[in-house]
Amino acid sequence: MAAHAVATQEKQGLSNGMLGFILFLASEVMFFGGLFAAYFIARSDAREWPPVYLLTPEQVAAGVKLEVEFWLPFIATILLITSSVTIQLGVFSIQRGNRSGLIRWTFISIVLGLVFLVMQVYDYSQLHFGVGDTIYGTTFYTLTGFHGLHVLGGVIFMGIILARSLAGQFTAANHEAVEACSFYWHFVDVVWIALFTTLYIIP
Amino acid sequence: MTSIAIPRPAYAERPWILDWLTTVDHKKLGILYLYTTMFFFAVGGILALLVRAQLAVADNTFVNNDAYNQIFTMHASAMLFLFIIPVWAGFGNYIVPLQIGAADMAFPRINALSFWLIPPAGLLMFSGFLFGGASDVGWTAYSPLARSSGVGLDLWIISVIILGVSSTIGAANFMVTMFRMRAPGMTMFRMPIFCWTMLVTAVLQLLATPVLASGLAMLYIDRNFGGSFFDPNGGGNAILWQNIFWFYSHPAVYIMILPGMGIISEILPVFARKPLFGYKAFVFATMGIGGLGFSVWAHHMFTTGAVLKPWFGFMTFMIGVPTGVKMFNWLGTLWRGSITFEAPMLFALGFLSMFLIGGINGTFSAAVPVDFAIHDTYFVVAHIHYVLFGGAVFAVFAGLYYWFPKIWGRRLDERLARIHFALQFIGFNLAFFPMHLLGLDGMPRRIATYSESSGWETLNLISTIGAFLIGVAMIPFIINVVMAFLRPKDQPNDPWEGNTLEWWTTSPPPVHNFDSLPEVHSERPLWDLRHGKAAH
Repeated sequence: MAAHAVATQEKQGLSNGMLGFILFLASEVMFFGGLFAAYFIARSDAREWPPVYLLTPEQVAAGVKLEVEFWLPFIATILLITSSVTIQLGVFSIQRGNRSGLIRWTFISIVLGLVFLVMQVYDYSQLHFGVGDTIYGTTFYTLTGFHGLHVLGGVIFMGIILARSLAGQFTAANHEAVEACSFYWHFVDVVWIALFTTLYIIP
Repeated sequence: MTSIAIPRPAYAERPWILDWLTTVDHKKLGILYLYTTMFFFAVGGILALLVRAQLAVADNTFVNNDAYNQIFTMHASAMLFLFIIPVWAGFGNYIVPLQIGAADMAFPRINALSFWLIPPAGLLMFSGFLFGGASDVGWTAYSPLARSSGVGLDLWIISVIILGVSSTIGAANFMVTMFRMRAPGMTMFRMPIFCWTMLVTAVLQLLATPVLASGLAMLYIDRNFGGSFFDPNGGGNAILWQNIFWFYSHPAVYIMILPGMGIISEILPVFARKPLFGYKAFVFATMGIGGLGFSVWAHHMFTTGAVLKPWFGFMTFMIGVPTGVKMFNWLGTLWRGSITFEAPMLFALGFLSMFLIGGINGTFSAAVPVDFAIHDTYFVVAHIHYVLFGGAVFAVFAGLYYWFPKIWGRRLDERLARIHFALQFIGFNLAFFPMHLLGLDGMPRRIATYSESSGWETLNLISTIGAFLIGVAMIPFIINVVMAFLRPKDQPNDPWEGNTLEWWTTSPPPVHNFDSLPEVHSERPLWDLRHGKAAH
């Protein structure tokens, strides 16, 4: 009888690691899907939006206003989209073997991510409602908060990529982690575009 | 046959306790999964006996109402989240890489993480008993009840999120393993049925579990930060929780049963000495159950009046179709087979008959008018136990008896196994069949006691006797396992004349699993070798 030796050859196409990472991102999409569903159900239940009619006299007396600022998050959105471009430029750099390009673009992306987070925290501090102020406050802080945590996760991810590029671990042939990181960052970016559209643009 | 000398990794020489704590070997992790989940099965079983002891007679005061609520909640939570769902990950861990001829899972360290999240999550869930009481709102944790429950529910929420992470990353691991690590010649449609059921299960886990996590996060925010997700006073929606919860938990019932169906489909062909009847039909039926599983969740919510009843009723009837296809696969496999009745086959046949009843009484509930009558009665409790005990737990034991020689190199005693089966089969039907009648008579689920005038006492007493008989059935099983461990490892590679690749290697397999692999021309390469069918 014929017998094969046990082989562990690599298959062509996506590596196992990238396939696993994409599956992980699919699960993330479902997580945000649940949060978005909650938001849209709240909106369809509400007579008007923002649901000011739900505010109690105590909340009104305490100065609660269900309003968000548009321009600061708009600028933050531009910065986050820009950072998606810059991390991709980093990937293109290392694909050509340009390690210093990778380091430069990753560093810029980290800075943009951090500025986004600072702007988000500042924006929170300027708002006149809290997580407990009607479903409006609850959904706003939950959706943007979970997204913010993902931005923080992405900044840490990029920080690890930066440290590893400084240590010279990536080459034109071997930079899978960089691509995975860029996938993650694009995902975070796309979620934000959906969030920004939902929370700030749709009336 | 070639034999390759593989250098032994350094970790093999460490002290055994350190070796087990740090192992990334799918076989050792599989064994750790099995031990851990069987432990929680025992814990959940003891809680079930407390429930039955309380309900044995009318107006009982064996446990008080608060304790009763915690006991039935933790019984369900332990059985579902800490036993049935992870026990399949245990079997899958040990068996899937062997069946596809791989050396390990795709991501061994993520695999270890998946396992090691489970024991702390289990302790966290049960630690509620130390902090003023464990969760007491049922495993479904509906609002508004869940908004006002004690700290035990917060611990429960965190625990279930951690278990969800374990299950999600485990799912990605199984999917990549089966997509990428199959032996030469093993196409997707030559993959053993157990692997296929694990694959569809993994897809369900990957896509459904994060949705539950989002709902649990909302519940946590509602309870701890003043959120209004499930509070209509703040503009929220209590039914939203039910939608999110069942969007996960209905696919989750297929997560709990599909791998069991896979195990049965491995065992029936081996002990009927025939190939599985309709392999491809079975695979497509499995995919059909997986796909339809996402479209039936609201049949748990008919009585809320807030869901589209004709749609969800119709889809629920539809999902009976692929399940029926499988029933014919199994019967067709048995038809004119040379059937022998070793322990794995006994439990597989037990699965077949009991799961059939569970399927039929489930289809009753799919009819909206019937569901309005039996919703939240003991009829539903009977249904879930016929599918999850009569189905899944019988499949767990079938799998344990079947793969015990492979995993531990020893055979379990047949006489003790028969005693175990007989006690469990009789006890199971005594415990759960009367619940149909109690449900039709209007006994609500989750009540801590009932009055003598209800007339439910006799049937409840029978049910309690049956439950304790199931408990007694575990004694011959435990004796059997302990006695097997006292014997030397004496099992050949293939004690059952199996069909799939795990029977090609030694029992138990070496660290690297295979020294060689046969050619794979079908989903049953070892059958092909025995019957001289090199080409298919």
